[in-house]
Amino acid sequence: MASQKSKQFDPVANLHEIEEKFEMFQILNEEGEIVNEDADPKLSDTELVELMSRMVFTRILDQRSISLNRQGRLGFYAPTAGQEASQIASHYALEKEDYILPGYRDVPQIVWHGLPLSKAFLFSRGHFIGNQIPEDVNVLPPQIIIGAQYIQTAGVALGMQKRGKKSVAVTYTGDGGSSQGDFYEGINFAGAFRSPAIFIVQNNQFAISTPRELQTAAKTIAQKGIAAGIPSILVDGMDPLAVFVATRDARQRAVNGEGPSLIETMCYRYGPHTMAGDDPTRYRTSDTDSQWEKKDPIVRFRKYLEAKGLWSEEKEAEVIEKAKEEIKAAVKEADAAPKQKVTELIRNMNDGDLPYNLQEQYEIFKEKESK
Amino acid sequence: MAQLTMIQAITDALRCELKDDENVLVFGEDVGVNGGVFRATEGLQKEFGEDRVFDTPLAESGIGGLTIGLALQGFRPVPEIQFFGFIYEVMDSVSGQLARMRYRTGGALGAPVTIRSPFGGGVHTPEMHSDSLEGLMTSQPGLKVVVPSTPYDAKGLLISSIRDNDPVIFLEHLKLYRSFREEVPEESYTIPLGKADVKREGTDLSIFAYGAMVHESLKAAELLEKEEYSVEVVDLRTIQPLDIETIIASVEKTGRAVVVQEAQKQAGIAANVVAEITERAILSLEAPVLRVTAPDTIYPFPQAEAVWLPNAKDIVETAKKVLTF
Repeated sequence: MASQKSKQFDPVANLHEIEEKFEMFQILNEEGEIVNEDADPKLSDTELVELMSRMVFTRILDQRSISLNRQGRLGFYAPTAGQEASQIASHYALEKEDYILPGYRDVPQIVWHGLPLSKAFLFSRGHFIGNQIPEDVNVLPPQIIIGAQYIQTAGVALGMQKRGKKSVAVTYTGDGGSSQGDFYEGINFAGAFRSPAIFIVQNNQFAISTPRELQTAAKTIAQKGIAAGIPSILVDGMDPLAVFVATRDARQRAVNGEGPSLIETMCYRYGPHTMAGDDPTRYRTSDTDSQWEKKDPIVRFRKYLEAKGLWSEEKEAEVIEKAKEEIKAAVKEADAAPKQKVTELIRNMNDGDLPYNLQEQYEIFKEKESK
Repeated sequence: MAQLTMIQAITDALRCELKDDENVLVFGEDVGVNGGVFRATEGLQKEFGEDRVFDTPLAESGIGGLTIGLALQGFRPVPEIQFFGFIYEVMDSVSGQLARMRYRTGGALGAPVTIRSPFGGGVHTPEMHSDSLEGLMTSQPGLKVVVPSTPYDAKGLLISSIRDNDPVIFLEHLKLYRSFREEVPEESYTIPLGKADVKREGTDLSIFAYGAMVHESLKAAELLEKEEYSVEVVDLRTIQPLDIETIIASVEKTGRAVVVQEAQKQAGIAANVVAEITERAILSLEAPVLRVTAPDTIYPFPQAEAVWLPNAKDIVETAKKVLTF
């Protein structure tokens, strides 16, 4: 049979048309110049300096965490260097009453949302005190099951909507995570309920060793929002202003009752996937690394702020010094946490009375611990 | 008091809790305007509104995530999984997330959730509707698992489950939904979780069962009575945690025991009950504790249910082995 091309509908042209719609949103280029004047959020000088300070602090936190991990003074750690704009500028657009459901690489966001740094270190070491979230801090501990945070976000957002709150639920995953079923179900549920959620995909190009191209034939991850019928945007994830604006706008739509959004931040992690033996030189070239280093969010934001006379070497040194001191104090505080006991782990299983099996085991371990 | 079927008692319990606690939310696939595929939520959306009783997209995993998120916002979710065979789609939310919430946050956050789901054989359902998968749940620390066998128990246990501040899996046997009626009080009442119920007293043998197998065991006890055997039938009601006290007291009295489940021998919870008895009451035993279970195959094609599912005859046979050991 001869192939018949429908004149009314051409699926290939249709796909290309959709792909072209997802151009990368950028405000600040690699040279620290505003290239999209209309979109400039016009943050105050104080706000700009605060955002830069947080990004620098977070870069130092990453450097110190890697070195503390190597000394055996931290456990599980997923490096964040390169993702400061994506993580910190998106968080900067949130309010205290917003709820964050982080992935395992998203410790900086929950720290800036109020989780004490010492607890973040205890999370890394594997101590339950690290996950005892203070009552007024709206975050969950970092999620290890990739995608689970997405469906849970749909639930938190629906809860906020039912409570009539003017707040949003915000979650993060990576490029690899966008292949999970829970990724799709999460954005689709939030869409169907028109819930106030912001779904952020930090596309750092690699899921461990698997390049982004192997995850999907879709040209962008942002366009996956179409499957859920929700607004979505591809953002330069190395540009703090663009990430801030995309998140701020998504938040505004959400609290106005216009439902969820999907944001893809195009970024890069300079370090390995985690500190548990991953070696990026096996799957990445130094060429790629240096290309992305030219896009560094801190470098371009520094140039921008220096040109405005808002930033200096002295100012940066001050932030670095402060970061190192706070990190040192937090490590000390984490060191002071009492060792975990089995009786405590048992006690944390249930509210109220323990079931018979745990009650029995509690008595056995209480006896052991008393010796 | 009213004569209710088990499904009516379940609806009644949901109504009581929706009325008593504004944080209770009922949701799932077709539970809203449709009233549920088995009418378990009939009339509830009309009475309490779409904000309290609502339908979801068709995705069990998403329902699990929705449940967790709503619990984090202070709600008391009572989601439904249409058939428990579909639990595999939502295993992470249940076992990987809900069950661990309180522990992983060092007690800071809880998950007051009750997952309702029908299961069970004997009604010729299509594939993956009737499988007994309770054993998957009982092996997961952090979950309680409840399986009622009567309308009275169903109402009291469901109200207790909903009020529990930790996750409960509430499994409703399809064959028992409308198989008989029973007096059920109109007002709210609770039955403690983790408490078994002696449905029939006896002195020669203890039969431990749950779900539809309670009724098969009662039938078996009748048949054995004709042969002068006095059989005690204990309905476990909660299968995680087990009511060790009641189980052991019964075994110490009778000296002989059979554990009955509809699940395959390698599944279910019968092995747990046997192990607990041997650990705690071996000196009271006159005979080994035997199990009545289904064969270790995949759940049968509908036409093979009658020859595959355990029944009163199988129970009598095994009981006699124990009684004449």
